[in-house]
Amino acid sequence: MRKFWMVPVAVFVAGLLLTESLDNEFYFFAGYVILQGLIMGTAWNILGGFTGYVNFGSAGFFAVGAYTSIALNKAYALPLPILILASGLVCGIIGLGAGYLTLRLKGIYFAISTLAMAIVFETFINNWEYVGGASGAYILTPADSLFFSSYVELLFMVMLIIAIAAVCFARYLAVSRIGQGLTAIRDDELAAECMGVPTLRLKLISATAMGVFMGMAGAPYPFFVTFVDPLSAFSLFIAVNSIAMPLIGGTKVWYGPVIGALILGLTQEITTVTISSELNLLIVGVVLIGFITLAPAGIVGLVQDFNRKRLRAKAGD
Amino acid sequence: MAEQLLDVRNLTKRFGGFIALDGVDLHLDKGERLGLIGPNGSGKTTMINCISGALFNDEGAIDFEGRDITKLRAFERARLGIARSFQIPKPFRSMTVIENLFVPLEYAAWDRIDHSRVTEEAMEILERMGLVDLAHTNSADLTQIDMRKLELARALAARPDLLISDEAMAGLSNEEVDEILDILFALNEDGVAVIMIEHIMRAVMRYSERIVVLDAGRKIADGSPDEVVSNPDVERAYLGE
Amino acid sequence: MSGELLINAVVSGLLIGGFYAAVALGLSITFGYLEIVNIAHPTFVIFGSYVTYIINLNFGLDPVISGLVFAPVFFILGMALYRFYYTSFEKAGQESLNGLAFFFGLMFTIEVLLILVYGVDYRLVNAPYIGETWHIGFVDFPLRLTVPFVIGTTMALGVYFFLSKTFLGRAIKAVSQDRLALQLMGADPIKVKQYALGIAIATAAVAGSLLIIIGPVEPSVGRLYIGRVFAIVVLGGMGSVGGTLTAALLIGVIESFVATFYGPSWAPAVSFGLLFVTLALRPQGMFGRA
Repeated sequence: MRKFWMVPVAVFVAGLLLTESLDNEFYFFAGYVILQGLIMGTAWNILGGFTGYVNFGSAGFFAVGAYTSIALNKAYALPLPILILASGLVCGIIGLGAGYLTLRLKGIYFAISTLAMAIVFETFINNWEYVGGASGAYILTPADSLFFSSYVELLFMVMLIIAIAAVCFARYLAVSRIGQGLTAIRDDELAAECMGVPTLRLKLISATAMGVFMGMAGAPYPFFVTFVDPLSAFSLFIAVNSIAMPLIGGTKVWYGPVIGALILGLTQEITTVTISSELNLLIVGVVLIGFITLAPAGIVGLVQDFNRKRLRAKAGD
Repeated sequence: MAEQLLDVRNLTKRFGGFIALDGVDLHLDKGERLGLIGPNGSGKTTMINCISGALFNDEGAIDFEGRDITKLRAFERARLGIARSFQIPKPFRSMTVIENLFVPLEYAAWDRIDHSRVTEEAMEILERMGLVDLAHTNSADLTQIDMRKLELARALAARPDLLISDEAMAGLSNEEVDEILDILFALNEDGVAVIMIEHIMRAVMRYSERIVVLDAGRKIADGSPDEVVSNPDVERAYLGE
Repeated sequence: MSGELLINAVVSGLLIGGFYAAVALGLSITFGYLEIVNIAHPTFVIFGSYVTYIINLNFGLDPVISGLVFAPVFFILGMALYRFYYTSFEKAGQESLNGLAFFFGLMFTIEVLLILVYGVDYRLVNAPYIGETWHIGFVDFPLRLTVPFVIGTTMALGVYFFLSKTFLGRAIKAVSQDRLALQLMGADPIKVKQYALGIAIATAAVAGSLLIIIGPVEPSVGRLYIGRVFAIVVLGGMGSVGGTLTAALLIGVIESFVATFYGPSWAPAVSFGLLFVTLALRPQGMFGRA
């Protein structure tokens, strides 16, 4: 689809228009949260859905991204784009390093090691006084929001750009030769290796990419919430969400996490406003169990199944 | 003088205390058709796992096209021209038949093919294998024999100089066995050397120029089909004392 | 470095290690013999703690007794869980990664349910021996650690003998290795696996009752145990009761050291760090089969 570049441009422009037309800041708070889920889900899916290696430690990457942002901001007061790139770099390296150590293991061991890694990071940050340790850190909202009417609108646009980048990258990966290699690894790693696919190398690319985008998703977080502590940054909720969203949408395609993020994210925002935010925890847990038991291929999978049955029925006539 | 393609020397592989292969030598010339037979558990699959790189041998050396590949990983060996099919077919289940072929074409054979002709090359292979009509069928939905054919097609798509076929005909009907044999003959005419592991004796006898027999990890015979069949050690290995 | 402090650190490490073994036992069975990665196991333990709490609150029953009383209920729960897992995942030959994500979701959901019902306040039980300490010379044996140690290691021994001496126990050991042989011997692999998971969850019930003796419990405590339990199972080699016990004692002692000399906030890093290192360097553990 050579004209695809028009889509991200259109989305970007639409975002700008929203910031101009909508006055109620709440929309941008909600939008930020949904976009955060979208980025995390898309990033997770690169290693989880495309390559078949499930990561339970998403919150680890996210939080390290957030804390890198805090630490650098405290030390050098750098502008947000630099913080984002720095967080992406740091988490990308972590993804590469941890991947090198654990991606040679079977999928199950890899999954457990991701959880272990996240908690190790959490323990270190709990003990790191420079960024507030267990008590947390306060971040001041910068006064300068460029040409936007509020800082939240700026953050929203920043996340939108990161989200566009993540989704475009995932799409590029999916349609490219690398993507075919990843799918082969997911379907049958041994056969893939015997067909010439450099499995370790591709898995590492996948893990690094996931790390980069998760880190970038975490970088603006301190400015969004203004108070960060390890408990919230490393929250298991983030990890579960980043798995549930691709699962709902469909893990085998690049647009699956987008669908899942929009559906689940919207549901969660509505629930927070109407009932309670704690209920979201229960919803995402139940949704995860429900989908993985009944519809592991997500909504996309359900649609594909439906189409296949319809074709088969037609052929039978 | 035929050119040497594969030279395996003193190949030894252990699993804990169990010796699966014990100092096996094997050589293969370019374009040669070799049958590899032996009773169950004699080490045939271990042998080809070591040659293809799915396993690493504990002792011994493997040369391919004059180059030492003992330490190379499986994907590197695939790129050099060693392809294998699996005894139990392992298709890429989320891909269609033709997509299954894209993987070896884009990876193992990447240096040997014209990058702009990947789809055409894949279609050509499917035509040879009689799978053209199924090109866009999901590989998980194939019948047994079509899956076996896909296994072979995929190995072909790697554009190998050496193809190792691991019991591609097990459980097939007589006509189906002949179908596969014809494909393998045609392949050999293109210059591809083939190591065929099979239990179906008539296929092995008809196809092989030379047969190697393994028993309990050791090579007990290496010669023409007639020589091997009349070898008393071979008879003993299969029938017991 | 005081010698007394050192010895007491070692002793309390051993005591709590014995308890850790009780927690890890169930996972060793499911992971080692059923090849099910029940990441929700520690959450079942916490669930057990809460049940103990309720019984203790309403009936004044001693926690250890309550643990033994409702263990059969958890046994049935475990059997049902296996049935569900089998129908949804194993039967279709699904990737065990789907099963893993299922247990991850289950773990999260159970924890959330506990939070919704009981909130995040710590719950504790009352028993006459909590708070008492035996002294042998300068060595302290706090009973809140000693009782779980004794019950926990007894349970481990019980499981060990069950697995090696009884037909069902040996069937459980065999089921992952050779289904066909098992069927030929007249045992239904599915029933065997059901019993195995039932036993595993029942041990979680007992472990839960012991946990709340050691200290107050709140829903997220289970998460700390994920690392410990997996570290123990991986380090000790799947399915080996002796290995589980050894690894558990080892981790208990190391954690105790770190907590005593570096501060308790570093303790989680011990087991998770060990787990990570073990997985990276020697996934089959100290005793396991490769």
